Amino acid sequence: MRPILMKGHERPLTFLKYNRDGDLLFSCAKDHNPTVWFADNGERLGTYRGHNGAVWCCDVSRDSARLITGSADQTAKLWNVQTGQQLFTFNFDSPARAVDFSVGDRLAVITTDPFMELSSAIHVKRIANDPADQVGESALILKGPQGRINRAVWGPLNRTIISAGEDAVIRIWDSETGKLLKENDKEVGHKKTITSLAKSVDGSHFLTGSLDKSAKLWDIRTLTLIKTYVTERPVNAVAMSPLLDHVVLGGGQDASAVTTTDHRAGKFEAKFYDKVLQEEIGGVKGHFGPINALAFNPDGKSFSSGGEDGYVRLHHFDSDYFNIKI
Amino acid sequence: MTLMTAQNQPAKLRWGEFEEDDVDDLDFLLPPKQLIGPDENGIKKVIEYKFNEDGNKFNVTTTSRTRKLANARLSKRAVERRSWPKFGDAVHEDVGARLTMVSTEEILLERPRTPGSKAEEPKAGGDSLAQLGKGGAALKLCRTCGKKGDHWTSQCPYKDLAPQAEAFSDKPPTSDAAAGAAGTGKYVPPSVRAGADRTGSDMRRRNDENSVRVTNLPEDTREPDLLELFRPFGAVSRVYVALDKNTSISRGFGFVNFVNREDAQRAINKLNGYGYDNLILRVEWATPRTN
Repeated sequence: MRPILMKGHERPLTFLKYNRDGDLLFSCAKDHNPTVWFADNGERLGTYRGHNGAVWCCDVSRDSARLITGSADQTAKLWNVQTGQQLFTFNFDSPARAVDFSVGDRLAVITTDPFMELSSAIHVKRIANDPADQVGESALILKGPQGRINRAVWGPLNRTIISAGEDAVIRIWDSETGKLLKENDKEVGHKKTITSLAKSVDGSHFLTGSLDKSAKLWDIRTLTLIKTYVTERPVNAVAMSPLLDHVVLGGGQDASAVTTTDHRAGKFEAKFYDKVLQEEIGGVKGHFGPINALAFNPDGKSFSSGGEDGYVRLHHFDSDYFNIKI
Repeated sequence: MTLMTAQNQPAKLRWGEFEEDDVDDLDFLLPPKQLIGPDENGIKKVIEYKFNEDGNKFNVTTTSRTRKLANARLSKRAVERRSWPKFGDAVHEDVGARLTMVSTEEILLERPRTPGSKAEEPKAGGDSLAQLGKGGAALKLCRTCGKKGDHWTSQCPYKDLAPQAEAFSDKPPTSDAAAGAAGTGKYVPPSVRAGADRTGSDMRRRNDENSVRVTNLPEDTREPDLLELFRPFGAVSRVYVALDKNTSISRGFGFVNFVNREDAQRAINKLNGYGYDNLILRVEWATPRTN
């Protein structure tokens, strides 16, 4: 395959997200402008101007009308996807990190980093249908985990919120009462910071990637460990194919060590694993730095990766990918 | 692909009737730009007419092919989104910006081992650690201690020992002769000293190792074809087919790098003189081996 290279960002990529139809690709980077691209040919549709810091995460509503972004400028913003217009700004006292729309797009979960003497927190916000009615108050604030919360997503039927972060523990919270329902078993869990979390298409299980050089597959309700994928470099990004039983892990050395080594030694590939057999299928090379973000097109026929090198690489699979045998 | 055809046909007006400076204003005399296609193969021709410095008219024919990337079925909403106007920084996008490019390099999903081969290969001196990373065992070649299939260079248990070779003389970390030489007082350049950071030329050379040159390739052979041809012999780390820069037609030769030297040797023995697509392949070591 010949990937499409998209150089719209000046700084390292942080997050990638496809809309539900898979025709738009949203990219966030440490520069201040989230960008939307056409996912088939990589043409840039527009940028969302207004943030004043690195943008860590984004999510798009099911109807592809609204975008929510979380940024280090201590805000999360709602945007009109089509025009790039800012609809609302949620202000926090510390940098916002992860954002996720609930099923139905009526709620959003936003996590904030620990900052000064403030501890990290998970905020649940109600999203109004009409942006004019939007209010900034949190419906619920969850506190407790130590360190940054790198990802927080909604569980089945919006009843739970799953969070993971620097303390390497995956937690399931009740989204109504804010009670901590479950923590993962320390014996089998990650040993280092969890950097990424991706839900399966049907929402029955999810995958976490960690700096302990592994990725783990968990049941979303019982939080039991299903599979472990071991690799030889820290995992910064994970994605699951919606079409085949494949998982993709992206990562690489720390950014600080990159310039001191040959790029061939950096292992900056996106590694494909068989979801069931936990065996490596192959690697896709290309980035000149660690991979920070991965996303699968909802049709499963293409995926994109975003790297520390500031490039988004959009890969449309060759036909032989679909009948790879182990 | 740009094709310039100079038509040595004089301009309709005499050159003497104009001042030098007027030449720029003659554009109205030119026939309008023509656009042919795109046809069913996506080939589009644009013919533009221009004057050169001597006032001669010539046309520039630009032939381009638009590739359809995927004939995906799009939802109505997605089709509608296709025509959304650009916004933000994308509005002022100049054509020269080239934000989106198609990679010139063919990227393959690189298999860790040849399909069909066993996952667990007998490992030389296998310890319990080696069993952990069973995936890609065939590719594992430690550059610090030279052990194959045991561990990656970054996880080499001898890595920390290597720079302090003298201190741990009872455990020689490598078979490197330079390690011993360091103690004898003979000058050893830093780059060859044991444990030296070998990222420079040494890394480049590594790429050439087990490299096999394939010549007399059919013109339509591409990297995946070559990979398919050579993969049965063992793990292939790189495939390259030389293409002509302008025409993108194969120049008829390529290189295949094997992870293991033995695999490369077997491929040479088997494929040299092999009839491939009505041509007889010539397969040999890319660099003349010194030993």
